[in-house]
Amino acid sequence: MYQYDQYDQAMVDARVAEFRDQCQRRIDGKLTEEQFKPLRLMNGLYLQLHAYMLRVAIPYGTLSGRQMRALADIADKFDRKYGHFTTRQNIQYNWIKLEDAGDILAELAKVEMHAIQTSGNCIRNISSDHFAGAAADEVTDPRPYAELLRQWSSFHPEFSYLPRKFKFAVIASDTDRAAMRLHDIGIQIVRNEAGELGAAFYVGGGMGRTPMIAPCIRQFVPLDQLITYSEACLRVYNRYGRRDNKYKARIKILVHELGAEEYTRQVEAEFAHLLEQGIEPPFAELARIRTFFEDPAFEAGAADELDRSDPDFAVWADRNTHPHKQAGYLSAVISLKPVGGIPGDATADQMRLMAQLAEDYSFDECRVIHTQNIVLPHVRKADLYAVWQKLEASGLGTPNLDQVGDIIACPGLDYCSLANARSIPVAQRISERFAANGKGETLGELKLKISGCINACGHHHAGHIGILGVDKKGVENYQLLLGGSEAEDTSLGKITGPGFSEDGIVDAVETAADVYLAQRQDGERFLDTYRRIGMEPFKEALYG
Amino acid sequence: MNILTGNDLKTGAVIWWDGAGWSLHLDDAADAGDDAAAIIAREEAARRVNAPYAINAERTGSGVRPAHIKDRIRGLGPTVRPDLTLKPEDPQAVHEVI
Ligand code: SF4
Repeated sequence: MYQYDQYDQAMVDARVAEFRDQCQRRIDGKLTEEQFKPLRLMNGLYLQLHAYMLRVAIPYGTLSGRQMRALADIADKFDRKYGHFTTRQNIQYNWIKLEDAGDILAELAKVEMHAIQTSGNCIRNISSDHFAGAAADEVTDPRPYAELLRQWSSFHPEFSYLPRKFKFAVIASDTDRAAMRLHDIGIQIVRNEAGELGAAFYVGGGMGRTPMIAPCIRQFVPLDQLITYSEACLRVYNRYGRRDNKYKARIKILVHELGAEEYTRQVEAEFAHLLEQGIEPPFAELARIRTFFEDPAFEAGAADELDRSDPDFAVWADRNTHPHKQAGYLSAVISLKPVGGIPGDATADQMRLMAQLAEDYSFDECRVIHTQNIVLPHVRKADLYAVWQKLEASGLGTPNLDQVGDIIACPGLDYCSLANARSIPVAQRISERFAANGKGETLGELKLKISGCINACGHHHAGHIGILGVDKKGVENYQLLLGGSEAEDTSLGKITGPGFSEDGIVDAVETAADVYLAQRQDGERFLDTYRRIGMEPFKEALYG
Repeated sequence: MNILTGNDLKTGAVIWWDGAGWSLHLDDAADAGDDAAAIIAREEAARRVNAPYAINAERTGSGVRPAHIKDRIRGLGPTVRPDLTLKPEDPQAVHEVI
């Protein structure tokens, strides 16, 4: 876990006091909404369809039990007893009162949390692999580097007013679990032939209106130059990014318009200049940060066998766990996608249970996954059955990880003022449909992602099946996309053809799934079959 | 009809101009006619409403129905949480806004 030092705490506390005062001045009429809006957005406070919405930063998704419990208490005390975990590994509260905002931020500050830089044209919450520090396949733990980037980017004066928002992801394995190449900057920590660690930089990816896969602009940046190289990437963007046109202001457009080669040339020139300035934090700082992420005291010789005698447990254990680097341990994924439920929502009581499980069984740690689930990263196999029983009793034991029911859905028109169409009801109906027809298990891995507008918070471009809600003369309509992936084989989905009504899109997803079932060859996932047979058989079935 | 909506400054709750003040209930909405801009300017300056705007709506047998689905959802609450809408006891209410 990261830990605040006295400076971090003092800065966050000062910001709470400042924002409390700004809220009061707004309520008293000393600030107009026009003056106040940028101030509240800097503190993660939006005005959404039904109320104010507060987005709280969860650095690379990681939470202690105490922090998760604090989030539950805020849900109880200041909201309507639930919260929504987002695709940026954050949490949002939907029913916040302006007059409570200062108190909520003060509660967060007590547990080393805040809502700073969860909105606005700045560097947003750094995301990472949710299995970091637990996965067997990583070359190192990426979290110290994510934390270094977090500290560098927090309150960075030069990057407080970028042309547009800016998102980093950091991973350290060839398997990409963080949609790394769909970020403004994706960093993969790699090991070179000499055995040294370095960072591969992928710049200019993103979803939204103009989805792009980030090209690799440098294969290996020594880790003691990580911040300097990041700064160079940002500087070139800050200088030349399209501030004149919101829709062309993301770095992906700059990289695309300049060409990756020319952008890289400019970054390298800036990098050479910055190296002379000596801006890289001292190595001692990275060493200090690393101590926060040392392995917990795993039990040597922990039993490596699972008691699978309960068949329901066995199904869940097979589906919702991930191998751990330590013998006798697993990472256990808690699905926030019950059949017919709202993806990513958790009640305050469920959050408290997850906090307790983190404390009792996972070295006081849980993580938010960008797929809107929660992971307990370090669970002893011997404890897994007890964990599952408690989850099952609280409606958190759905065994559907990476299956068709494990849908990413943004808040859509039920909550979001930018939405064109509702996302959540479509997700609910699809998960109900596939639970009822029994095809969910048969389909195997099928990642379905739904956004309520082109901003793509629901990652629809990267779904094996993606759905985009559009407004067709005031009526909700849904485009279907096939073939996206946000894993290491990153690809962007293609639109099948004309859109569908709400009823129609549920049928269309089933039709696409049926084409796959009819055509798949041994061991193929939906995505593999789509890539082999192409769009035509799907179009034929969908439109005749 | 031309109706006015916005959010309560302190609570963020969706509110509707009822001809004399602001109501939580869409069905109380009054036709602002040609006065919309003047009412918006006056009420916003007095901080009785935040981020107000005018929309088209019609009065039907069952109440006031905004032309756009977004405002119909604002008028009721999230369709996926009927328990949190303004009409939690009315199972039909969600279907009527769609
Ligand atoms: S994708 Fe659009 S509708 Fe969905 S949360 Fe993002 S902005 Fe809102």
